[in-house]
Amino acid sequence: MKKVEGIIRPHLLDAVKTALQEAGVEGMTVIEVKGFGRQKGQTETYRGTEYKVEFLPKLKVEVAVADDLVDGVVGAFLSSAKTGKFGDGKVFVSTLDDVVRIRTEEHGETAI
Amino acid sequence: MSRHIRINVMRILALAALAGTLAALPVEALVPEAVVDVAPTATVVTPVVQEEPAATVQSNAEAIATVQSHADYLWTLIAAVLVFLMQAGFALVEAGMTRAKNAVNICMKNIMDLSMGSLAFWLVGFGLMFGTSSTGWFGTSGFMLSDYATDGDPWLYVFWMFQTVFAATAATIVSGAMAERTKFGAYILYSIFLTAFVYPIFGSWAWGSLYQGSGWLEGRGFIDFAGSTVVHSVGGWAALAGAMVLGPRLGRYGPDGRPRAMPGHNLVLATLGMFLLWFGWFGFNAGSTTAATTDIALIAVNTNLAAAAGAIGAMLTSWLFLKKPDLTMSMNGALAGLVGITAGCFNVVPGSAIIIGFLAGIIVVFSVLFFDRVKIDDPVGAISVHGVCGAWGTLAAGLFNADGTSGEIIVTQLIGIGAAFVWAFGTMFVFFKVVNAIYGIRVPKEEEVAGLDAFEHGNEAYGPDTFTATAAEVAA
Repeated sequence: MKKVEGIIRPHLLDAVKTALQEAGVEGMTVIEVKGFGRQKGQTETYRGTEYKVEFLPKLKVEVAVADDLVDGVVGAFLSSAKTGKFGDGKVFVSTLDDVVRIRTEEHGETAI
Repeated sequence: MSRHIRINVMRILALAALAGTLAALPVEALVPEAVVDVAPTATVVTPVVQEEPAATVQSNAEAIATVQSHADYLWTLIAAVLVFLMQAGFALVEAGMTRAKNAVNICMKNIMDLSMGSLAFWLVGFGLMFGTSSTGWFGTSGFMLSDYATDGDPWLYVFWMFQTVFAATAATIVSGAMAERTKFGAYILYSIFLTAFVYPIFGSWAWGSLYQGSGWLEGRGFIDFAGSTVVHSVGGWAALAGAMVLGPRLGRYGPDGRPRAMPGHNLVLATLGMFLLWFGWFGFNAGSTTAATTDIALIAVNTNLAAAAGAIGAMLTSWLFLKKPDLTMSMNGALAGLVGITAGCFNVVPGSAIIIGFLAGIIVVFSVLFFDRVKIDDPVGAISVHGVCGAWGTLAAGLFNADGTSGEIIVTQLIGIGAAFVWAFGTMFVFFKVVNAIYGIRVPKEEEVAGLDAFEHGNEAYGPDTFTATAAEVAA
């Protein structure tokens, strides 16, 4: 089992969600985050004083995925979240030791 | 004595002092004369046809005068209520332009300015401002509304209502300039001191004859119809004194002296506050006739034009000089225009009101930048809007006087402007220095970093929703 986390532009959430569902994902968690990479921040002004906003708002979409679906899920992120400009985001794939469904207490891939 | 016991002994002594003070007040001042209205016992009433006395010119004139008098009451009281709502305007502007962790403190200071101000003005201030004055420097009668005679003309009450909300306006100007770092207790002391003493004494110089007093400044022909100097400059210079004694917020100016932006947490609330202030100002200016006459029409027109021109003036200035049309500068501009027309709203023509307001909008932007340059931290621009533009408005009332200006008029305006600065800034600077030495007016650094709301008040303005029912209570 793998955890796939994608940091994406906020306005693309709907497109990413649809693509993930088509790739076989049934559940996901979305977190509001701030960050920066090679996309620089913005300069804003307040009452005549300039200041840099370095941390830009992004969304992190987390899904737990069975091993055989991972490539499809990563591909879904790439196809739906790419604009080609700096700030598109990143996808992280890590190994999950276990997944447990709270209601039924199932373990493993059946709990995904 | 252990610290715990000492604290409780102090609390008991404080309560005893308060109770003693209340007991010492003359009871008659607190309790109105009992108005006894005895219901007549039911009897059989036989209609009696009475001859109405014929209407005479005299009785008609008296009836008309009564209606006019009642209209005066109506207008003045409505105007007072409009000015009252400006308290909400100030609270929202200040809360919106500062950080969320201090919002409760802002709200509390604004509630207290109105509350402490109302009582202080009732107890002492009104008498100092409008009582009979043999010297022309302060009044000495009418404390605690003691001028009210039973069955007498309740005009005193309406006039007092109107003047009280003006005093509260002056007081609450300062809370924005001293925001985010002032001890609540120190602020309350300031609020009482200003409305009991500083504001009314200057007010007596310019407006005392509106009731029973007389002032040396109005005797010279000083023009300040609704209070550019009496209310706004007095508040603005007090704000300057407070901001200077306090020092800037932590992190506001870097080691090279350059300012660092500290954006407000909700500019939508701030905008709503500005609209409430603009709204209330129609009562502030037009209500200063304290009479239901056609004069209110010109005053209202001047008020609106100056506000609009001020907003535009500030917006254009920030667009040209600061690269973008800035929202808070534009808001300050509208308020600067309003402050600027407050002195001359009755004696200038509408075209002049536009010029006065527009220039106020330009002045306020540069004034805000100036105070940042000299490292006097004013989170909302109160010193610039009220102090500086109050002075401008008072000068403009002389310059643009519809019946013509003169050197003598200008000199009188300048004397009034100068006297307000010397009195308001002087007394408040000394006051803040003294209170700072004895009690301390600034919060500790850790508190300023964490936000005042938790330390000073134990509240959060935007706390998360809580759910206190246990799992067992939900399941049951």
